[in-house]
Amino acid sequence: MKNETILTIDQVHAALTSGATTATALAEEHYARIAADDSPESTGKGINSFLALSRDRALEQAAKVDVAAVKGDTLPALAGVPVGIKDVLAMRGSVATAGSKILKGYRPPYDATSVAKLEAAGAVLLGKLNCDEFAMGSSNENSAYGAVKNPRALDRVPGGSSGGSAAAVAAGFSVATLGTDTGGSIRQPAAFCGVVGLLPTYGRVSRYGLIAFASSLDRVGPVTNTVKDAATVLSVLAGKDELDATSSDRPVDDYVGALAKPVEGLRVGVPAEYFGEGLDPEIKAAVERVIAQLKGVGCTIHPVSLAHTRYAVPTYYVIATAEASSNLSRFDGVRFGLRAEESKTLSAMYRKTRDEGFGAEVKRRILLGTYALSAGYYDAYYRKAQQVRALLTRDFLTAFEDLDVIVGPMTPTPPFKLGEKTDDPMAMYLGDIYSVAASLAGICGLSVPCGTTKDGLPIGVQIMGKHFAESTVLRVGAAVEAAQTS
Amino acid sequence: MSETSVAAAEVSADEVLRVAELANLELTAEEIPRMQRDLNAVLGYIAQLNELDTTGVPAMAQVGEMLGANEDFAGAALRADAVRPSVDRAAVMASAPESDGRFFKVPKVIER
Repeated sequence: MKNETILTIDQVHAALTSGATTATALAEEHYARIAADDSPESTGKGINSFLALSRDRALEQAAKVDVAAVKGDTLPALAGVPVGIKDVLAMRGSVATAGSKILKGYRPPYDATSVAKLEAAGAVLLGKLNCDEFAMGSSNENSAYGAVKNPRALDRVPGGSSGGSAAAVAAGFSVATLGTDTGGSIRQPAAFCGVVGLLPTYGRVSRYGLIAFASSLDRVGPVTNTVKDAATVLSVLAGKDELDATSSDRPVDDYVGALAKPVEGLRVGVPAEYFGEGLDPEIKAAVERVIAQLKGVGCTIHPVSLAHTRYAVPTYYVIATAEASSNLSRFDGVRFGLRAEESKTLSAMYRKTRDEGFGAEVKRRILLGTYALSAGYYDAYYRKAQQVRALLTRDFLTAFEDLDVIVGPMTPTPPFKLGEKTDDPMAMYLGDIYSVAASLAGICGLSVPCGTTKDGLPIGVQIMGKHFAESTVLRVGAAVEAAQTS
Repeated sequence: MSETSVAAAEVSADEVLRVAELANLELTAEEIPRMQRDLNAVLGYIAQLNELDTTGVPAMAQVGEMLGANEDFAGAALRADAVRPSVDRAAVMASAPESDGRFFKVPKVIER
């Protein structure tokens, strides 16, 4: 299923260096594809991945890259690479809606560090990408600006919350995109759309300029077509940022260089808890095939127990909603975005603004989080969940004493139909079973495509690694990827 | 240390309204029963955390706490406390729904 519209970063680099194309032409080609197949009003597929295009900024950057290419300058890692940015990250002068009506019209006067780093490395910023409102959702159906269609199956969801980020890469609208992951929001849509999604270790990539959802969980990372592209983008993003106190000053590894090392001898853990009831049999078979392939290239396979896995979803939905209820209190109609008209008092203005501005899922999570933090319930819910979070993290720390990576399914089911779960939040939350544990533990993870169901729906395998072991995770990811195409 | 049980929790419509008030949310009459239903479904599911004995387990608020020995998380390198330019006020105030250019304007807080 090769598609000539899908380019890797290496191909962009080669084409620009040889003069086969220009960054300007490349940007225009991607904008033309977006015009044809993205807008819901277009006669094409109507994917709806982009919420806003930053044409002037993109073409200005492309022109700079083209001048450098003509002069024969050494081009930076992402020179001329068309990228899209999830709309929860600030991009100077462009909208930043977070998929919410409450931020309608808001244009931040600064760039998120991750956005600035991409541009400094030569990337061409095409625009802002659709997502679930405030990154809360697993299907992108919670966006106030319409659902996104899965480019691999137009009647299906692209996953969420970075649904636009995954769909734009899968559809060939963008070579790479930035997503954010709080409980699976990069990895799950990557799996659903048949592309690569990387969750960096907590602290590896700056969150400055990210509209906060749950601060102890939120992370920024790339969605790409290939594992090598994910490594290249991470090399640009990773590192200490003075503007984010939670970013780590640990030296950044050579992620691309690490891919050349063989995976022979790496110890791969397979957690029984990730293969139990509720796992789609075709996904199970695909992931077992990956494990056999890894064994075939010299990895050793070890059963491992992550005993608290079944408590990950309830733990996550207490902690994430509690933090969200606090973070989202800043949206009150005073400093930015929407303000409800005709409020006589300040408190009425807050309430009306938040009622008009927030969608149902965001309200549900704010209520749940507020409840979990309220007097009389704090110990029973929030504190309890923080304790279980410690147990879940210990599971991983213990397992990684003897293992290099842990491999399992990314999602229990293939992408589901648009509208299928919108009226049942519990059913939606249960789909996060394999993604939230890595989020809670702060470890890194990668979703790599590993085939399709008999109906042609993408399947993703998840590779988890210990804190700051992105090099190892990417190395194993590259081996998995090579095994699929050979 | 006593562990409060959450198994029996059943949120009433009044409690939904009380929590909404705490959260500065105004719910419409149609939203209340739906939120009540959803909160009870999710809280009922969360109650399974009670199966675990967490006596003596430290509460984990941040990833770094579990890796105390790991300086990568320890925030050892705080940035220098130095004056630096911040975002221009005019650019910030331009985003406000109502402002006089120096202050955010809001409805009257105190009647006199």
